[in-house]
Amino acid sequence: MSGHRIKNGGRIDRSKPINFTWDGMPRSGYEGDSVASALMASGDMVFGRSFKYHRPRGIMSAGVEESGAIISIGEGDRKDVNVKMTTQELYQGLVATGQNAWPSVRFDLGAINNSMSRFLVAGFYYKTFMGLPPFEWGKGTWLWMQYEKIIRKAAGMGESSREADPDHYEHAHGFCDVLVVGSGPAGLAAAQTAARAGLNVWLVEQDAEHGGSLLAESSDTERTAALSELSDLGVTIMNRTTVFGLYDYGVAGLLERVTDHLSSADPRLPRQRFWTLRAKHTILACGSLERHFAFGNNDCPGVMTTQATRTYLNRYGVLAGEQIVLATNNDSSYSTACELARAGASVTLLDARNQINKKVAQKLSAANVDYRAGHTVVKANSGAEGVSSVLIGKANGSEWTATDQLPCDLVALSGGWSPLVNLISHRGVKPVWDPSTACFMPVDSSEPLTMAGSAAGIWNHDDCIKSGHSAASMAAKSLGKETTSVVMPATGGWNSPIKPLYEVTVPGKQFKGFVDPQHDVTCEDIRLAHREGFVSVEHLKRYTTLGMATDQGKVGNIIGIALMAEALGCEIPAVGTTTFRPPYTPISIGALSGQSVGAHFRPLRRTPMHNWNLVNGATMTEAGLWQRPWYFARGVETISSAYIREATTARKSVALCDVTSLGKIAIQGPDATEFLNRIYTNPFAKLPIGKARYGIMLRDDGFVMDDGTTWRLGESDYFMTTTTAHAAKVMVWLEELLQTRWHDLKVHVTTVSEQWAGVAVAGPKSRDTLLECVEDPGVMENAVFPFMGVIETTLKGGIPCRIARISFSGEMAYEVYVASDFSPGLMDLLWPIVQSKDGCLYGTEALGALRIEKGHVTGAELDGRVTIEDAGLGKMASPNKSFIGSALRNRPDMQRHDRPRLVGIKPVDHNFTFHAGAILCSEDKVEGLGEGWITGVTHSPELGHWIGLGYISGGHEAWYRKRAIATDPVRKGNVEVEIISPHMIDPSGSRMYG
Amino acid sequence: MIRINCPFCGERDHSEFGYGGDASIQYPALDAPAKDWIEAVFQRENIAGVQQETWQHTSGCRMWIVVERNTITHEIHSVKPAHPGTKTLLANAGDHQ
Ligand SMILES: [Zn+2]
Repeated sequence: MSGHRIKNGGRIDRSKPINFTWDGMPRSGYEGDSVASALMASGDMVFGRSFKYHRPRGIMSAGVEESGAIISIGEGDRKDVNVKMTTQELYQGLVATGQNAWPSVRFDLGAINNSMSRFLVAGFYYKTFMGLPPFEWGKGTWLWMQYEKIIRKAAGMGESSREADPDHYEHAHGFCDVLVVGSGPAGLAAAQTAARAGLNVWLVEQDAEHGGSLLAESSDTERTAALSELSDLGVTIMNRTTVFGLYDYGVAGLLERVTDHLSSADPRLPRQRFWTLRAKHTILACGSLERHFAFGNNDCPGVMTTQATRTYLNRYGVLAGEQIVLATNNDSSYSTACELARAGASVTLLDARNQINKKVAQKLSAANVDYRAGHTVVKANSGAEGVSSVLIGKANGSEWTATDQLPCDLVALSGGWSPLVNLISHRGVKPVWDPSTACFMPVDSSEPLTMAGSAAGIWNHDDCIKSGHSAASMAAKSLGKETTSVVMPATGGWNSPIKPLYEVTVPGKQFKGFVDPQHDVTCEDIRLAHREGFVSVEHLKRYTTLGMATDQGKVGNIIGIALMAEALGCEIPAVGTTTFRPPYTPISIGALSGQSVGAHFRPLRRTPMHNWNLVNGATMTEAGLWQRPWYFARGVETISSAYIREATTARKSVALCDVTSLGKIAIQGPDATEFLNRIYTNPFAKLPIGKARYGIMLRDDGFVMDDGTTWRLGESDYFMTTTTAHAAKVMVWLEELLQTRWHDLKVHVTTVSEQWAGVAVAGPKSRDTLLECVEDPGVMENAVFPFMGVIETTLKGGIPCRIARISFSGEMAYEVYVASDFSPGLMDLLWPIVQSKDGCLYGTEALGALRIEKGHVTGAELDGRVTIEDAGLGKMASPNKSFIGSALRNRPDMQRHDRPRLVGIKPVDHNFTFHAGAILCSEDKVEGLGEGWITGVTHSPELGHWIGLGYISGGHEAWYRKRAIATDPVRKGNVEVEIISPHMIDPSGSRMYG
Repeated sequence: MIRINCPFCGERDHSEFGYGGDASIQYPALDAPAKDWIEAVFQRENIAGVQQETWQHTSGCRMWIVVERNTITHEIHSVKPAHPGTKTLLANAGDHQ
């Protein structure tokens, strides 16, 4: 093929040249060019290598169905792979490179696969390398995994950038009455009728320009007139936007390519915008795709669809070849043949049908088109770069007899048209095979969804327009607007019927004909699949990879299905079609994630003391969505030295910790007490006012859901705290119980997590500290404010507060809550007093050390798989009342004594350490799932060595004097450990009561 | 992309709601025998068709609602408050408008 630019015509701007590079070589084109049209005009022919055989690939189409010219665009962190050259707009400085070839697409060493193609049939790699005899008989797939790495390298696509994506993406939402997908004759007509009826219309086009097939026409008046009317009517007209999927409730997913066509874009613009559009009615005028058909070497560069040659000519001003053989089986190709001839090519038209209408023949003769009825292409012969001649054949029943050779530099094909039923298939509509037009036709949907134009199998231009008006008038009527009804035209519309043609075969000859040129699926592969029993269309697809390339079967599916039907001796409907799923064309991962990247990946929660903590030296860490102080390093302290000092200080003097992230729920109402008594395992009926109680909640199935303390502030007024991790879940659970199950209870639950800020004051000097803070020191007396007591009082400076004497650290400790805005003031009040007592601030790392020493459980231990007994809290389950989970927690397996139980763990050699996540095994059986696991590990300042919490079968009593191994093969290896009681310091709790 | 017509807030996107479960289940009394609880908690129907289900308007009014939804088509036939007491509240609110 030697494509060249013609002097006049086309939609390109010859006054605006654009320079770019192809595989490092300088090239030029014009504004309005695609990369494909510019390179075709430069005379380039080979742009890719096929997936398996590395056969050269040229341009096969002018649109999204492209299966040959697939390249990489851009460099470095902006490299975009597997881009269809036919849809990429040209811009100044664009860098295009070939892929899946070494050293280049024009000379590719991988092409050696082609000479071995006899062996590389469907399933070859699996058959050869999986369970390779005799090494792997009965041994699984280890060797396969080794080979696979090499195979993947040879059979691959573009290699994407390994750098982070520097672009940003946007999510947007839209609403409209009528969405029109596609702006060809039918789409424009539909948008006009809908907009004239006063509806809010969106017209969405994937191309840079509106018009669809009109862009391939030589005249532009119809298109421009329609677009200017739509613009006046206020229609939202979008271009470079693909409707990639249709979803429930009239939702369409749109991908708008905002800057992909620009050489330098405003950095404030997103690269792409992902739209969720809600339409009351959707009109699919998305067109149809011209098919090729299989013959010998039909994948050779210089073979493309007829419509593509027309688009290159009339849109881009490029004549794709000078000596053109056009092979067709339908009426759609005649005018293209004439136009190509008028543009200066010598054209031979082969019509597979035995007769050509007289009028048509006259027109062809007038345009100097040589034509032959009852003929088609049998085999293409390739020259140095592309097709150099074709062997043609004469119809002989359903087969062909080779007649003569025709020299040519381009083969244009039309094997019929396939309506784009992809989008309507997303809605569960199964297209139906129509033998008279030889294509899958969409059928009616029960949703407000209408097909129009060639997407509905209507070929004739005027009928397409009428179908657009008709679809829109139906939509308008259903939306309550007055319009004139237009009758939907019948499908089809050609003068002479199509002659189905999928593969050209000559008796006694074997040709290599391709069904899916991108994945190198041949006609023979389909027959092989049939012989091996893969006859269902879904199995055929997976076995041969037909339709699994980046075009997702747009090109080859129907030929493959037709060949399978022939092999089975049945009709196409009996084989069926695979289900199309979104996206219609590929979408970047960046567009899917939108703004939800980096710091915006999820919401950020800060406590009202956040700044105070930072000013006072906190290093922060993430706890779910929360930012919490991790440790407060002094001078050269590391995290380890800091948390050990902080935990030591809490045990010796006094220390402060921001505990605002705990969930806080106000529970109020006359039945609040009864409610708590039902949701907690332990009794709450007799909790006095001014007292707090530790409680455990189970799920319906009897496993532990959460723990926390609940404070009784009044007769019908409680304040509940939950763990940080489960705060939202517990709130939802309480609301569910009250609203869906226990309609008899008069209880109100309100989340007050944001309203109250909390600080833990822990250590033997905690009471002394608070004595200096409260206005009335009398409230702090041990007698009036014992362990688990609750008071509401006022701090110096008039700060109202709630204080509970509760302890997570095991020391005498208080939790002080104030209204959020008071919390920096609270810290300013407490901190100098704490400092005067040689106290400190502590973070989550020291908090963890203190609670592990005490054997107090938290989210790591209450992971949804443990019973109340497993967690060592069996005494908290009241035998005298029923509560949520009380029925199912008594199932025999949940009461087994050999279940993993909470234990303490320490290394036999105190110099050793271990990690959370290690598996606990018995000494003599270090394998498999072991006997338990480690949930939390810390260095214990009090004990002077490392300790951990975890679960192990039977609990610590079962492991008395028995060694266990903490095995951690990936990180630390094995450590000998002793299993002990989880209460590793002060088991009697004397310090808390103090 | 289901839309749910919250009786308290109006039509909202399903992303504002949290899914509960089968709304037809009658949970036994807390002191009912384990077999009743096993029936309620584990023996669930996997309905292909119209089912009653609970949802909560978590990012809205926090109310639990009962939605009659076709699990195949996602079509929603009815939505009502889960707590019968709120029906009268709604009716009274209507009187005041
Ligand atoms: Zn609501």
